[in-house]
Amino acid sequence: MQRAFFSFLAGALFGAGLLVSGMVDTTKVQGWLDVFGDWDPTLAFVMGGAIIPMAVAWRIAKRRETAVLGTPIPFRTEMRVDRDLVLGSLLFGAGWGLAGLCPGPALASLGFGGSGGLIFLLAMMAGMFATPAIRTRIERLAAAT
Amino acid sequence: MEQDWIWGLVGGLMIGSAGALYLLVNGRVMGASGILGGLVDRTGWSTAAERLAFIAGLIAIPPLMVPLYEVVDTHITGNVAVIVAAGLLVGIGTRLANGCTSGHGVCGISRLSLRGLVATVFYLLGGGLALVLFRHVLGVV
Repeated sequence: MQRAFFSFLAGALFGAGLLVSGMVDTTKVQGWLDVFGDWDPTLAFVMGGAIIPMAVAWRIAKRRETAVLGTPIPFRTEMRVDRDLVLGSLLFGAGWGLAGLCPGPALASLGFGGSGGLIFLLAMMAGMFATPAIRTRIERLAAAT
Repeated sequence: MEQDWIWGLVGGLMIGSAGALYLLVNGRVMGASGILGGLVDRTGWSTAAERLAFIAGLIAIPPLMVPLYEVVDTHITGNVAVIVAAGLLVGIGTRLANGCTSGHGVCGISRLSLRGLVATVFYLLGGGLALVLFRHVLGVV
């Protein structure tokens, strides 16, 4: 119950931050990515602002083994830079550029984003559902070549 | 418009504080695609309550704040084919890469993770290239 409560709080603060920052507006996101258009630097301030408290949190976490609720702090679990990381990020970026939405804002704007936002979220979840099968195919393809 | 960067910074600090809370209290890395994706592909069902609570807060709170603003518009394209293609790409890409803007970007870069940095470079590249091709060459978005 406690875990769910603080989890809800974190989600709420994340959502509020996405709204305040303007990152639920796809034109601002596309404005940042489109370096040949009317360039919008807002996203850099959002990213910079978010990294500051998070960097402090990692420093505090370093001195502890467990989080307040007893879970072990998740330190570097995986360090490899591999094909799936690069390929996945390229695909994700392409979709992000096309619609101007990434997973956080897609959820945060669900309540006021209209049918377009809902369709995006459903398509995104379908993609997530299909990924294990797609990953197997990519591995088979890579093994064959 | 001139104040957009200030609100960007304020919102960013809120996003980072949310990530700090999730890390230090719950002991989890705040990544939107991972939290949702683990529910969709069942890999995260053992921590379903925590994930659902996070998503509930993320979906429920922003609409309550909308009345504070004159206009809140996502300005999402009306082209359904583009929306579906983009959604599929974001879903598949974030799960393959095991992270998105929040997980790799905010949480990864802040601990100088090589994976987070590489992911961020490539999703920015992917986004930039998609806009060059589909906006400036083909004119569809």
